[in-house]
Amino acid sequence: MSAMPPKNRPVGVSRLETLLIDQSVKGRRAMRVPEAPVAQPIDRLIPAKFLRQRKPRLPEVTEFQVVRHFTRLSTLNYSIDANFYPLGSCTMKYNPKVNDAMANLPGFRQAHPLAPESTVQGLLEAMYNLEQWLVKMSGFAHFTLHPAAGAHGEFTGILVAQAYHRAKGRLNKTKVIVPDSAHGTNPASAALAHLTVVTVKSQANGHIDMADFRAKLDDDVALVMLTLPNTLGLFEEEIEAITRESHAKGALVYLDGANFNALAGLIRPGDLGFDICHINLHKTFSTPHGGGGPGAGPVGVTKELEPFLPVPRVVKDGDTYRVRDSKHHYPQSIGQLRSFFGNTGILIRAYTYMLSLGEDGVKEMSRRAIINANYVRVRLKDVFHAVSNEPCMHEAVFSGTPILEHGVKTLDLAKRLLDYGYYAPTIYFPLIVPEALMIEPTETETPETLEAFCATVEEIVREIKDNPAVVKEAPHTTPVRRLDEVKAAREPMLRWTTANEPAVYGGRSTERAARA
Amino acid sequence: MFQPNAPSDEKDLLKAIGVASFDELIRRLPARHVNPGLGLANEMPEVEITRYLSELAAKNAQPLSFLGAGAYDHFSPAAVGALALRGEFATAYTPYQPEASQGTLQVIFEFQSMVAEIFGMDIANASLYDGASALAEAALVAFRHTDRPVLLVPDALHPHYRRTLDTYFGSAADFKIVTVACPRGTIDAGDLAAKINANDGNVAGVVVQTPNFFGCLEDGAAIASAAHAAGALVIAVSNPLALGVVAPPGEWDADIAVGDGQPLGLPVSFGGPYVGLFACKKEFMRKMPGRICGQTVDVDGKTGYVLTLQAREQHIRREKANSNICTNQNLCATHFTIHTAMLGPEGLRELAELNLQLAHYAAEQLSKLPGCKLSFETPYFNEFVLEVPGDVDAVHKRLLDLGILAGLPLKTFYPKLDRHLLINVTERKTKADIDRLVSAVGSLK
Amino acid sequence: MSDKNPNDCRFTKSHEWVAVDGTVGLSDHAQKEITDVVFVELPKVGKEFKAGEAAAVVESVKAAFDIYAPVSGKVTKVNNDVVKNPALVNQSPYGTGWLFHIEKANAAEENALMNHGDYQKFVSTDEH
Repeated sequence: MSAMPPKNRPVGVSRLETLLIDQSVKGRRAMRVPEAPVAQPIDRLIPAKFLRQRKPRLPEVTEFQVVRHFTRLSTLNYSIDANFYPLGSCTMKYNPKVNDAMANLPGFRQAHPLAPESTVQGLLEAMYNLEQWLVKMSGFAHFTLHPAAGAHGEFTGILVAQAYHRAKGRLNKTKVIVPDSAHGTNPASAALAHLTVVTVKSQANGHIDMADFRAKLDDDVALVMLTLPNTLGLFEEEIEAITRESHAKGALVYLDGANFNALAGLIRPGDLGFDICHINLHKTFSTPHGGGGPGAGPVGVTKELEPFLPVPRVVKDGDTYRVRDSKHHYPQSIGQLRSFFGNTGILIRAYTYMLSLGEDGVKEMSRRAIINANYVRVRLKDVFHAVSNEPCMHEAVFSGTPILEHGVKTLDLAKRLLDYGYYAPTIYFPLIVPEALMIEPTETETPETLEAFCATVEEIVREIKDNPAVVKEAPHTTPVRRLDEVKAAREPMLRWTTANEPAVYGGRSTERAARA
Repeated sequence: MFQPNAPSDEKDLLKAIGVASFDELIRRLPARHVNPGLGLANEMPEVEITRYLSELAAKNAQPLSFLGAGAYDHFSPAAVGALALRGEFATAYTPYQPEASQGTLQVIFEFQSMVAEIFGMDIANASLYDGASALAEAALVAFRHTDRPVLLVPDALHPHYRRTLDTYFGSAADFKIVTVACPRGTIDAGDLAAKINANDGNVAGVVVQTPNFFGCLEDGAAIASAAHAAGALVIAVSNPLALGVVAPPGEWDADIAVGDGQPLGLPVSFGGPYVGLFACKKEFMRKMPGRICGQTVDVDGKTGYVLTLQAREQHIRREKANSNICTNQNLCATHFTIHTAMLGPEGLRELAELNLQLAHYAAEQLSKLPGCKLSFETPYFNEFVLEVPGDVDAVHKRLLDLGILAGLPLKTFYPKLDRHLLINVTERKTKADIDRLVSAVGSLK
Repeated sequence: MSDKNPNDCRFTKSHEWVAVDGTVGLSDHAQKEITDVVFVELPKVGKEFKAGEAAAVVESVKAAFDIYAPVSGKVTKVNNDVVKNPALVNQSPYGTGWLFHIEKANAAEENALMNHGDYQKFVSTDEH
């Protein structure tokens, strides 16, 4: 079997690592803790029954072992810094390093969320300014920076809508309309708020089926949740009709801002009739994905909905910035959804990014994102089946069906891309496209990278014809090959073993062979 | 600018796409709304941004701080940031393609193991947003598991955690959050019994935070006994650093244990990002919210790690998912894992003991001052409530003028505690710092 | 319990079968579509369902499938073997992979269900 020598392979040692606990030797220490200047016997301070009996099984290693271990683990990862991620709906753009540096400035890093306002004016000013940037880009009247992620923002926005309707006595409004192409967090968030999810069909070309939408839009609908561009990368032409008709039925309209990278600077959701939105700062505004988080999901609302926003909020009072954190100031607020203010370290990163872009940069960002996606759409149009022939926005969706033969699936193609140093595109989402492939290049990739990626895709399509096994069994050159996910689900091993318990829920300690 | 912007780029791309101009690509957008003037500032080069934000950051005063209240100023060694912020960790995606993510996945596996061990529980997940939302998720598990609607919550629970519960469950008619009084700083056994009786057969869970918001240690075993006798689950909330010396939830039969990992590796950073910890007994494994990493093997028999039990999650189960969470706090969990690896079990214990000693020294010295007294007589970890003579806001302000942030005046959260300060001492304070606080308080007349 | 003969069973459009004695399971076609079953969540004994109500959940690695009660009635037995060994649903969908037992409330309901021959025609033509 010939596995093509992969280009752009992550460099590094790429040795598989044992668990740190398996490298443990009793008595080894990494960090020294100072002695207490004044010490009393512990059991005088805490009675025996409140004292810990069993020591936790944690690694006893040197600092150097810690550094080697995690450095080596890092080399087993693909990352934006090293690899192109054509991942639809995730906006895997460059994460500027100045963002991290600014979040780490001591004055921001050490600020305490409950400190007197007078001691954190600089931080509050940054937060206030960030809100204003979001207001101006989106066309909404007010923002909250409180939610910790997009899904958290969705839940926040849904509660705001619910509170609004309740305040008007509209207790019948218990339904949320969600397109069948929506991201799973939409219905999950609605369910968390005890609202009933009503699914609306999409047409084959990805646009909402307006007849189905109108049939389901009744007086009991509290909220219509849409992603724009939709999850197929297409701008819903009927959007103003949708918002108008929703309002006529007394329903609010929510924008899932996951695809805001296509809109920022180009068109404002507030102008299109949306009432509430969330923005994923870890997508459009370049905060690092961190292997799965943290993110931040600020929520924007129209003026009418402002009283319901969560607390705490930052306000400007003359030249002073204040934190309003109680329902005294906002009696109709839905309250808090987490401790303290928000994911401030992430918020600072996003603010830094916005300052780096400026107005022209924001407009260039969405412009280039759209151009790059259309380049890929056109370049691969004879390879896959494009969901739509119209221009896409910032991401292009294909169905892999035309190239699948010899039992090869889109999943296999995605795994083969790993061998070439590319992270796989999003597959099997949106659910309404069979063998879906969703590619969002973002604006930070060069034309050379896009061309090299498309050429690689074509190469793999040739492999499917000539040597399907190499694709079906991919990846070949990653640190591990395909993993037994059935075993992982049937026999969950979720942690290293404890000293006493059998390894039922603990991982086995196995030596992993070094690989060249 | 972060996008490639050589003048030839856009022209060549549009030509390859086959359109004469960018406008052809956006022709479906309503023309009258396209390309609005946003009123935003112009781009700033990095040198100017650095200057501007450094000035803003410098406006934040840094007094000698004894403020904790759920966000603690601890020391983290240089290796933690240096490792966690490597681009391979920081700019990696969610590990849905496990072959390309073994670094992230193994870190998660080690994180889950450490959290379970520190809490003394069977298993843990890959993190939630923070301690407060983790508690809300735990409450949801309890409601669903027992099919009962009432949650008992101590008055001494962190107010933000309480508010979060109220937001998640307050407006739904189906659930009821009932407060248990803590007049002497901890859960009153008599009131707990009364509230259990008043809601007989309906209590889904009893929440115990230890150390609680006042810093006091709760008698977890006694509360768990009463809760279990009533058929309710026990939900523990704990500071993982405290568990270096304090009995962890697993040792007093808690069913679910949550908390915030911020004290182990994360800066105070004005409230976030922190890391929500969630651990539980094995029987709740499939009811856990959030991502979970499991160990398995690949086709060659090599040990590897994958996200598992995903059918519980939103991307598969949608409105029937255990929770709506997608993005978690993974990079923060990475900081926690490396920091805890640097401490080891002995370091964790020593650090907890150091915090304990420093706080007790401070409390004892302060309570010797005329008019000052410790409010509660129960054992405490590294935080305590001090009653001061005179107007508490005036005291707090005058100390701030002397460059000392003397904890938190409690009356914003507890109107009856209107002469009280919540004071925290960590290993970042020296004896001299504490002596300075004591003499400053003593000097106020 | 011996294997059920599909020809003696009735089938729903959602791919459940119900035997004469009230045993309920998933069809062979369904287990092939689901691929490896990793977990089964069974109803509580004693719980009552109307025909068409979601009664159980079968999970694969990538998906979760609701199992609907084919007929109305009370659950009198559940097959804990499939909880311990979910692979049974794939290996023996009409035998050891049975899911639960329902005490039929209304015998007439079964007339609305398909026999095996009609079900096989249904799956060969329908897209589901």
